[in-house]
Amino acid sequence: MQAMTAPLLEVESISKRFSGLQAVDTVSFAVPRGAIVGLIGPNGAGKTTIFNLIAGVFRPDAGAIRLDGVDITGLRPDLACTAGIGRTFQVVRPFGALTVLDNVMVGAFRRTTSPSEARRSARQILERVGLADKASAVASGLTLPERKRLEAARALATGPKLLLLDEVMAGLRPVEVDLMVRVFADLSREMGLAILLTEHVMRAVMALSHHIVVVHHGQKICEGPPEAVARDPKVITCYLGASRATA
Amino acid sequence: MMLDIQSGVSRRSAFAIGLFVVVMLVLPLLVNAYVVSVLVVVLFSAYLGQAWNVMMGFAGQLSLGNALYVGLGAYASAALFVHYGLPPWIGMLAGMAAAGIAASLIAALSFRFGVTGVYFALLTISFAEFTRIAFDHVDWIGGSSGLFLPVVTLDHDDLLHLRGSPAMFYYVLLALVLSALAFSHLLLRRRVGLYWQAIREDQAAAQALGIDVFRYKIAAVALSAVMTAVAGGLMAFYDNNLYPDTIFAVSRSIDIIIAPIIGGLGTLFGPILGAIVLTMLSETTTNVSASLGVNGLKQWIYGASLLVIVMLQPAGLWPWLKSVLKLDGVR
Repeated sequence: MQAMTAPLLEVESISKRFSGLQAVDTVSFAVPRGAIVGLIGPNGAGKTTIFNLIAGVFRPDAGAIRLDGVDITGLRPDLACTAGIGRTFQVVRPFGALTVLDNVMVGAFRRTTSPSEARRSARQILERVGLADKASAVASGLTLPERKRLEAARALATGPKLLLLDEVMAGLRPVEVDLMVRVFADLSREMGLAILLTEHVMRAVMALSHHIVVVHHGQKICEGPPEAVARDPKVITCYLGASRATA
Repeated sequence: MMLDIQSGVSRRSAFAIGLFVVVMLVLPLLVNAYVVSVLVVVLFSAYLGQAWNVMMGFAGQLSLGNALYVGLGAYASAALFVHYGLPPWIGMLAGMAAAGIAASLIAALSFRFGVTGVYFALLTISFAEFTRIAFDHVDWIGGSSGLFLPVVTLDHDDLLHLRGSPAMFYYVLLALVLSALAFSHLLLRRRVGLYWQAIREDQAAAQALGIDVFRYKIAAVALSAVMTAVAGGLMAFYDNNLYPDTIFAVSRSIDIIIAPIIGGLGTLFGPILGAIVLTMLSETTTNVSASLGVNGLKQWIYGASLLVIVMLQPAGLWPWLKSVLKLDGVR
């Protein structure tokens, strides 16, 4: 029964160094089942590197990553996806020449080899993220907000246990941010989907997250519920600078 | 109401495809021997283009060395026929296996060590080239002086041994082109086809969605090679002679890729349309320059025409023709 109570994702003291830069320095945190966890920090703090370590783009120099009790440290990206990690890219990467539906079907094919089955589940997901009317449009013709939603839809279609959202709100207008927040909050509540997100749009992070992890210079500086983190002097310091915080 | 974009070959398109098949079936009965021989060239070019299109058009892997697989198919079927009297169809199976294995090894080596794009293309050229040079020195297959098939005069076509008239080759090739068309259509509708296109569009994103990119890329390269080897076998029996310097030539690899590019990369009908247009263009320019008595005029006109087509229709002639003829639902 231990697997039921243990967190879904356990990140244990992972580190990653890029020629001279310690991008991630012994960071640990966990994502409980069905929870939405925000990973925040100033630019260059190491958020995207942490995502890439979890999703298998890089192998950590040290530390371990477990999903659902299974060690996924250093798994290739496609195998990490098969293990249950769905991810979006900060700079959206749609399959430009394919239709929106085909884009999402690529993801849906992870769970089935039947084209009609994949098409059906892709349509359901497009419906959820509000892209159903764009199903037959070519992906390269979408607007930025639409591309962001497509990115999330594709990752969702793989049927992940944990969804990694890398700044899916960036560049969106407030109304669009609210729409995205609602989509993900609903998904998490109804399907028990766990989400780990990085975001600069603080309003979205605060509205969505049950728990927030703050990183700075590759190190975790604090974590806790949104209200507590927002008042933490260390967080205020790293975002606004020392003089303002002490003033 | 939701429109299912996948089901949609319109009646107009279905009629056009049917008409095309009927015309291709009766054409040899209506024209003279010269035109049949030109049509055989068209079909060879179309089929080789279709095979190349699987790896480049669908999966985005650039090979400039497909002559290697033509040669392996040609030598396997010709040598087994000359030495053991095996029917070319058996030899072709051996050629397909050899091509598939060679392609898988080349692709596995390249992709394992991160050799992609133009560097992969260079590697495919070099494998074709050193196979050409190696075959120059193998006496069993005639070395550089070539391998010759006994020419027999028959009063009927022998399909089993591929001995017979150009019309027989025409119909064999037509069956091959139409099969490749149906097969490609099927591939694109299934998971493997969509995975290839995803890899072509963005490899990292494809991998993040759970696709084993390495395996699918090798599959595309190997399938293309296996298909190409069949044309090699037919070519050996159509030409009755084989030289390493011509069958493995770099210029052949280049010829293979021009038709699908001109016709429309990644489309189903592009390689066929490209082959028709290019072969007609080539024949016309040859005749024009011969009648004017100017040497080299052919290459000049041919090159200039290619340039004009690529400038006006960079996506290929087929997407353009398709929209002009309002053929919906065909790729």
